[in-house]
Amino acid sequence: MLRFVLTRLGLVVPTFLGVTFLSFILIRLVPGDPIEVRMGERGIAPERLAMLRHELGLDRPLWQQFADYVGGVLSGNFGESLVTHNPVLSEFITLFPATLELALFAMLFAVAVGLPAGIIAAVRRGSVFDHGIMAASLTGYSMPIFWWGLLLILLFSVFLGWTPVSGRLDLLYYVEPVTGFMLIDTWLAGDMGAFRSALHHLLLPAVVLGTIPLAVVARMTRSAMLEVLGEDYIRTARAKGLNDRRVIGLHALRNALIPVVTVIGLQVGTMLGGAILTETIFSWPGVGKWLVESINRRDYPALQGGVLLVATTVMAVNLLVDLLYGVLNPRIRHGRG
Amino acid sequence: MTMDAPSNAVLEPVATARPPHPVAEFWYHFRQNTGAVAGLVVIVLIAVLALGADVIAPHSPIAQYRDAILTPPVWADGGSWRFILGTDDIGRDVLSRIFYGARLSLLIGLIVVTLSLAVGLGLGMVAGFVGGMADTIIMRFMDILLALPSLLLAVVVAAILGPGLFNAMLSVSVVVIPHYARLTRAAMMAEMSRDYVTASRVAGAGPLRLMVIVVLPNCLAPLIVQATLGFSTAILDAAALGFLGLGAQPPTPEWGTMLASSLQYLQRAPWVVTWPGVAILVTVLAFNLLGDGLRDALDPKLKR
Repeated sequence: MLRFVLTRLGLVVPTFLGVTFLSFILIRLVPGDPIEVRMGERGIAPERLAMLRHELGLDRPLWQQFADYVGGVLSGNFGESLVTHNPVLSEFITLFPATLELALFAMLFAVAVGLPAGIIAAVRRGSVFDHGIMAASLTGYSMPIFWWGLLLILLFSVFLGWTPVSGRLDLLYYVEPVTGFMLIDTWLAGDMGAFRSALHHLLLPAVVLGTIPLAVVARMTRSAMLEVLGEDYIRTARAKGLNDRRVIGLHALRNALIPVVTVIGLQVGTMLGGAILTETIFSWPGVGKWLVESINRRDYPALQGGVLLVATTVMAVNLLVDLLYGVLNPRIRHGRG
Repeated sequence: MTMDAPSNAVLEPVATARPPHPVAEFWYHFRQNTGAVAGLVVIVLIAVLALGADVIAPHSPIAQYRDAILTPPVWADGGSWRFILGTDDIGRDVLSRIFYGARLSLLIGLIVVTLSLAVGLGLGMVAGFVGGMADTIIMRFMDILLALPSLLLAVVVAAILGPGLFNAMLSVSVVVIPHYARLTRAAMMAEMSRDYVTASRVAGAGPLRLMVIVVLPNCLAPLIVQATLGFSTAILDAAALGFLGLGAQPPTPEWGTMLASSLQYLQRAPWVVTWPGVAILVTVLAFNLLGDGLRDALDPKLKR
């Protein structure tokens, strides 16, 4: 087991270095100087430019800049925002819980709806349910989620007035952030009105962000279930006289879940990408919206650090899924591990 | 498939049913998938609308009718047949803009798929054929690209290159290269151990001939499927970039850009936002249906 963990960790190191290099070099590819570009048409005095360049280390050789950058990253220094002058890491940590809360809820929605839908489609293969569920999930998979979000806002917020249009909490309420998760913080504060408000704010964005994972989970569950349902042990279980509920719920589902769990893990990257759009539409104060704002403000150090942090998060989750997979499935642990 | 050739065929050739031509066989399997056929029909329809936009579209995509700002669609109160899907905030005909947008979206799909396929194919072939260091370096680099969420990478590349349709296409292409490279490499490695490859190597085929003429044609099936699905990814991502203001710039009638530029009229004139989105959804759905159908028809393992 230890060997398996170490090999997996060993594979992550070069990828991490590569992503660090990529985020470093991408910012250097901006045509012109990051500082001059940021100053735009107002221009900047040559002395002040030289000073700023020196401050940011831009006047040193590239390899030295990279070495400094890696050194900084390893000691937790991801640079400093040009706009707010806060460390990028602390900005990221402040905003990340909002994105995480949104992503977790979106995933909860995707699994809660997608898993049963996939099971029903597989068990009633070829029926109206199957065709309907598969058509719906392919549509969901093809959905431009920025437009989907607008449609839902139009329907539920504008016409029906059920949910708020943007943000995480009504301005009426203020809750001292403890965990950064609005639902938990409002709960801890014992303010039920605020809790309800937070929940209302969370619903639509979570549905929008969860739409594509939902489609993926439903499709994957269906095909995994179909494969498992054709196995001999299912026939044996049926022959023993077990009822459908037991055969499907216990024997089939358990084995069908392995590929489904993997797919759920792989959706994390997609969701962090989707968060960029979802958070922009709903003015959700998370990492995705922050990255888009950094681009618009030409805050390149924030962009560089943010990209690296998001990539690191994705890699960490993928590693976790891999390791969990190894724990759950001994064949992988001992086989190619 | 017919397997009724008698065992003494060597001695006395008997008229047997000729195996169907691969294309005919493919068409036979493809036709049974109603969804895929529907997808193909929709794509052809969109292509016709796109190519014939000059003739079919009732108005110019950039003509501004100042007397008809935010006219609702024909079936709503105040709508008229002059502007079937209504007009936007500066009086442009939404239907015409969608037709011209189809032209752009198909073009985006075509260019992105061609670019990323060419680069991914090249890298994957080299990695699978040469192996060793080249393989390690190429695939590690692909892993790095895959570690970043694709839309984030596209957004960053577009931000660096600067907003614009061409840069958006370039950044979406970069993002999908690893998919093609991995597929090509895997197919290449599976084929390299086959006897026919050894045979032509023994016969004196050079590496380039082996790679491109001998092995590549046998790796095409998964690539065709991926390329079809690549159209939908490209159209979606380019529209997303347009929506974020990093893609095509107004007044270009790109669907994502159209959505973004009429965002503040969401409540007053929902049709301005509705139709570009419907266009994106229908196009992407059609390509996904086609891709799924192609996969089923081209994958021999799924055939009966």
